[in-house]
Amino acid sequence: MSEPVLEIRRLSVDYGLGDSAVRAVRDVDLTLHRGEVLGLAGESGSGKSTLAYGLTRLLPPPGVISGGEVVYHPVDGPPVDVLTLSPTQLRAFRWAETSIVFQGAMNSLNPVHKVSTQLMDVIRAHQPGLGRPARLARARELLRLVGISADRLDSYPHQLSGGMRQRVMIGMALALEPQVVIMDEPTTALDVVMQRQILSQLAELRERLGFAVLFITHDLSLLVEFSDRIAIMYGGRIVEQAPAAQLYGAALHPYTDGLLHSFPALRGPRRELTGIPGAPPDLRAMPDGCAFHPRCPRAFAPCDSRLPRLGPPADAPDRAVACWLHPAPEAATR
Amino acid sequence: MTTPTPSAPAAGAEVLEAIGLTKHFPVRRRLRGLFSRTRTAVHAVDDVRLTLHRGRVTALVGESGSGKSTVARLLAQLYPRTAGTIALHGEPVTVRGGRPFRAYARRVQLIFQDPFASLNPVHTVRYHLTRALRVHGNAGRTDADLDAALRRLLERVRLTPAERYLDAFPHELSGGQRQRIAIARALGADPEVLLADEPVSMLDVSIRLGVLNLLRELKERFDLAILYITHDIASARYFADETLVMYAGRLVEGGDSETVTQRPAHPYTRLLIGSAPDPDRITGDGGTDVAERGDGEPPSLIRPPAGCRFHPRCPVAMPRCAEELPPRLTVGDHDGHWTACWLYHPDVTGAGAAAAPVGGEAGR
Ligand SMILES: Nc1ncnc2c1ncn2[C@@H]1O[C@H](COP(=O)(O)OP(=O)(O)OP(=O)(O)O)[C@@H](O)[C@H]1O
Ligand SMILES: Nc1ncnc2c1ncn2[C@@H]1O[C@H](COP(=O)(O)OP(=O)(O)OP(=O)(O)O)[C@@H](O)[C@H]1O
Ligand code: SF4
Ligand code: SF4
Ligand SMILES: [Mg+2]
Ligand SMILES: [Mg+2]
Repeated sequence: MSEPVLEIRRLSVDYGLGDSAVRAVRDVDLTLHRGEVLGLAGESGSGKSTLAYGLTRLLPPPGVISGGEVVYHPVDGPPVDVLTLSPTQLRAFRWAETSIVFQGAMNSLNPVHKVSTQLMDVIRAHQPGLGRPARLARARELLRLVGISADRLDSYPHQLSGGMRQRVMIGMALALEPQVVIMDEPTTALDVVMQRQILSQLAELRERLGFAVLFITHDLSLLVEFSDRIAIMYGGRIVEQAPAAQLYGAALHPYTDGLLHSFPALRGPRRELTGIPGAPPDLRAMPDGCAFHPRCPRAFAPCDSRLPRLGPPADAPDRAVACWLHPAPEAATR
Repeated sequence: MTTPTPSAPAAGAEVLEAIGLTKHFPVRRRLRGLFSRTRTAVHAVDDVRLTLHRGRVTALVGESGSGKSTVARLLAQLYPRTAGTIALHGEPVTVRGGRPFRAYARRVQLIFQDPFASLNPVHTVRYHLTRALRVHGNAGRTDADLDAALRRLLERVRLTPAERYLDAFPHELSGGQRQRIAIARALGADPEVLLADEPVSMLDVSIRLGVLNLLRELKERFDLAILYITHDIASARYFADETLVMYAGRLVEGGDSETVTQRPAHPYTRLLIGSAPDPDRITGDGGTDVAERGDGEPPSLIRPPAGCRFHPRCPVAMPRCAEELPPRLTVGDHDGHWTACWLYHPDVTGAGAAAAPVGGEAGR
């Protein structure tokens, strides 16, 4: 595997302070390598967006980072802990090195400006030397990249469909030619033809520019096909992490297994969908031990009292899981 | 079939019907517009015909930007239409604002595509849901009634315990949680027709399954007619009785969901089905049907292609495709399976084939 570009270590994020705080991200360790696509999946409310906001320091109040570090490795120069940057340093860092497509991005375009104006503003911020005709040409190129015909350049956001607005945001993120691209549910409003086109554009650009992608989605089947590695989140923690094909071939965590068995198949015989019984955990009253135990079909003695740690199971050193069924060698001896 | 009240029409009866539904949005062009006086417009929806039936789910799938949300908004009477009629129980209706609109909205509810935009950030969940219940007269008489109704709504969309969500503001909820609030709000009206625009796009599979099962239960228990707009074709297969496919403002195929998804006829539908994410593709045991052709750009809707709008991208286009608009044609001998594609015209299929123009409704 290539060298790391972003290392998240023991990151925790709370909403609120003191007694009323809820911890939405718990002790997350996650490494993004240069040039890879890392998929992050997990149920609604499991903390995926919070993690993305936290590591870019874009958390809206009352969100606070309550622990951990996020180490960024620039192409040249020493690593920096993003969480310790001053606001000025942070701004410079963000423009140059990472870009993020927010969940609900279709709603974050400025409603009073044309798409062309907004794209060209971003291009100017990134490449101040570029003249207006060059910027316009670049804006057209970006729109084409995301499958919007150039005659829509002068549309206002409300004149575009949900998926078109989503695509404009993706185009903007790519305008910056960043090192790290974080995409939070960027394709929820796209048909699969378009999704596939955009993802292959992304893959092509990645080959050329070498950036890494953190791709957040609930759509595990998409991730299995398009990402190199997948991390699964449950109740604010990473519970499993593995190369995409291995995860699909054999999920180790019962929650991952449940996820894989709850999407309807388009091809082949119709099969009964099991889904995952029970409700997502209440962040204010997390179950003891393994947070999944009240819903886990395979829960056994240690599960309701002892927290399983994320670690490589004995027989698969390049993946990691947090489940007592597959104790990590060192966790087992504790 | 059991019906809730003796006077209610039977399940399967037509509830909402649209004929010739058309919407063009006028646009101003840069510079060139100063010199030419020609009016331009985005041809968002053209000549759409569809019928929603009691106790049935109709899925509307298709390309991003093809006009699905516009169809839903037209059916909800949020915009005036350029042409066409909308009939509720056979009665043509056109309402604009005010009391008639509220009366209509009580029967026909729209769940918006974007839960980030459709909930007012300054109000709590309790406010949004209470308002929906009140406006439609479902809040009960006492505070206890209201409280029970609120809890029931939240339980239906699996947001429990209710206390955790009732006093939350939209920004305190995750994307999927907001989406469920939007669904709960629509259910508060107790409608006959639910127009659900991507109601599960931000939900993970297990909760998605729960919400889809919930919608199915609503359709079965309360005989709701549901329009289900989605990009998740697999869920259309499982959940919708009938599936309609839209491309660049026009319906191009329709029929029962299993047939449309398993034996797609229109080249665009085939492209769409062939492009669906398929985990088996990378693991090697999933056969070789790679997407037929994923290239080509979506067409301009300001100057849509003449003839069949798919022709610039269609791998099997014929000369006539660029000139004449294909009519609805029956596919093979499948009752109710139709497509608007010249490939299914008797001239092409051979005179003896069963293809013939379809006169009736989609998927009757
Ligand atoms: N401002 C806030 N105050 C309190 N709780 C919050 C706030 N924002 C988010 N939360 C809670 O934190 C949890 C994690 O939210 P987050 O948005 O990270 O989830 P997610 O995994 O991105 O879910 P989805 O897939 O639905 O987008 C949720 O339970 C949410 O209700
Ligand atoms: N108010 C408007 N003015 C001009 N054009 C509009 C307006 N609203 C929608 N359009 C255009 O109409 C077309 C259809 O939009 P619509 O939102 O119905 O698409 P959709 O099928 O729902 O797409 P998506 O799957 O991306 O949500 C798009 O080209 C869009 O840009
Ligand atoms: S630790 Fe126990 S409860 Fe948790 S997933 Fe594993 S078996 Fe299930
Ligand atoms: S009508 Fe012609 S161009 Fe259109 S889909 Fe059929 S074959 Fe292709
Ligand atoms: Mg999220
Ligand atoms: Mg839409």
